[in-house]
Amino acid sequence: MNAAEIFQLIWVAFLETLYMTIPASLIAYVLGLPLGVLLVITRKDGIKPVPTFNTVLGAVVNLLRSIPFVILLAMLFPVTRIVMGTAIGTKSVIFPLVISAFPYVARMVESSLIDVDRGIIEAAQSMGSTTWQIVYKVLLPEAMPSLINGAAICVTTILAYTAMASTAGGGGLGSLAIIKGLNLRKYDIMYVASIVLVILVQLITVSGTKLTRRLDHRIR
Amino acid sequence: MSIETGAPAQIEVVGLRKVFPLSGGGEFAALDDISLKINKGEIYGIIGMSGAGKSTLIRCMNRLETPTDGKILIDGQDVLTMNQKQLNMMRRKMSMIFQQFNLQMQKTVGRNVRYPLEIAGVPKHKANQRVKELLKIVGLEAKEDAYPAQLSGGQKQRVAIARALASNPEVLLCDEATSALDPMTTQSILALLQDINKRLGITVVIITHEMAVIRQVCTRVAILDGGKIAEEGTVDEVFVHTRSAAGKRLFGIIADQENSSDEKLTIPALRIVFDDENAQKPIIATLIRELGVDVNILAADVKRIGEKSYGQMLIAMPEDLESRKKTMDYLKEQGLTVKEVYPQ
Repeated sequence: MNAAEIFQLIWVAFLETLYMTIPASLIAYVLGLPLGVLLVITRKDGIKPVPTFNTVLGAVVNLLRSIPFVILLAMLFPVTRIVMGTAIGTKSVIFPLVISAFPYVARMVESSLIDVDRGIIEAAQSMGSTTWQIVYKVLLPEAMPSLINGAAICVTTILAYTAMASTAGGGGLGSLAIIKGLNLRKYDIMYVASIVLVILVQLITVSGTKLTRRLDHRIR
Repeated sequence: MSIETGAPAQIEVVGLRKVFPLSGGGEFAALDDISLKINKGEIYGIIGMSGAGKSTLIRCMNRLETPTDGKILIDGQDVLTMNQKQLNMMRRKMSMIFQQFNLQMQKTVGRNVRYPLEIAGVPKHKANQRVKELLKIVGLEAKEDAYPAQLSGGQKQRVAIARALASNPEVLLCDEATSALDPMTTQSILALLQDINKRLGITVVIITHEMAVIRQVCTRVAILDGGKIAEEGTVDEVFVHTRSAAGKRLFGIIADQENSSDEKLTIPALRIVFDDENAQKPIIATLIRELGVDVNILAADVKRIGEKSYGQMLIAMPEDLESRKKTMDYLKEQGLTVKEVYPQ
């Protein structure tokens, strides 16, 4: 196999990886962000305390988080078939990715928001803010650098999960490395695919850190 | 406790109690049957040692803390029976500033000050104009685009004050607002609070553990001790005629000296407490010259409270009964408070 052919394989797999990672990350955030907010504001010492709800929500999130992705992928086959139309292939993997990632996102968001100075929230309360105003005008803006940093971690985690897509007949760099590389003993493909994955993770992490620092006005 | 009538009450606290459950069972009363009245347009001080319950008290006023029992009337309306919506409307008329300033660190000074206007739905161009006015009041027009992290403590508190004034409040609650600042900055913040009180007619409630703060700006003061009001009255009154032990502990130099000099006392002495009027008179000189009494000064201290001076002096008690009587009569004639003190 010549370099051009390898490049072609890698390029397609790279696109497939993005095709799984980007929508899965976005949808995981659409679900996980409000969930993380709920986890914070409904705490006993939160701005809208609903302790029982908070405990139940926390337990559900933990339960989902504790199932390893490969197992979840298999367990979800029937549901995935209903939701995505098929349980096999690159596109179908987006669904289990979302299910696996959104609780993770929720916890990540929670830990970012919990770090917001209590005093700042109290000041907002003392000014007559509604709960919603505190969430989108105080909590989220104040936690923004930390949220961005968390997002970079979440995306790299989802990216790592996509490597297991081969289990469900999905593509991407991970599948390429395992099926073409490992199973067919084309180690060059395995290494190149892995290196591209490493670079991708580095890129996300570094830009996440840079953005975090640029957005944070606490240090200057 | 003396509750003056006449001036309309801005805040009236009646039989307020706040009880915290203890982890080992039982409960702790942070506030125990507190009643006080804060008049419109005054600067009211609440002073106490840490743990006296003063922060809990001020936080009950805007219901950041929910009292266990009692009433808090703001302009005659009970804060404790309000629903969330009414509470939010009330809070916009009663701003608060804090020891740690509590500014949003990710927003510029201008946007921090604009926040109360944003949540009240003030149109953007109007809000921006108001932000500039507010920053001018606190002398920070040049810092509109700076971030709080770039400001000094005093400047941060000025931003917090501008933010607190944005909603045109009737009351400004100050929770240890100068405690994180150095003495110089404290002075300038207090002067600003005084200016705001005078110019805008805003009622100011100040919580502090520093007597100097009370002395400098407050009209009336309540001394809080162990969740109860130990003493209440005008600052002059409470300072000159301190009755409570808590008051004496808090009054810094004079009370300290009173105690320590009493402890060090080896001979009987007379304590003379004087205020502004008689501080100007040459009383001791007259005592020596006209009554022919030998005066041996053991300790003396003068404090300035606002425009007035107050002080105390310890002199050795004349040994023969006649000159002792003469001395005491003379001093009393001069309108001074005289007390015999003995070695402990």
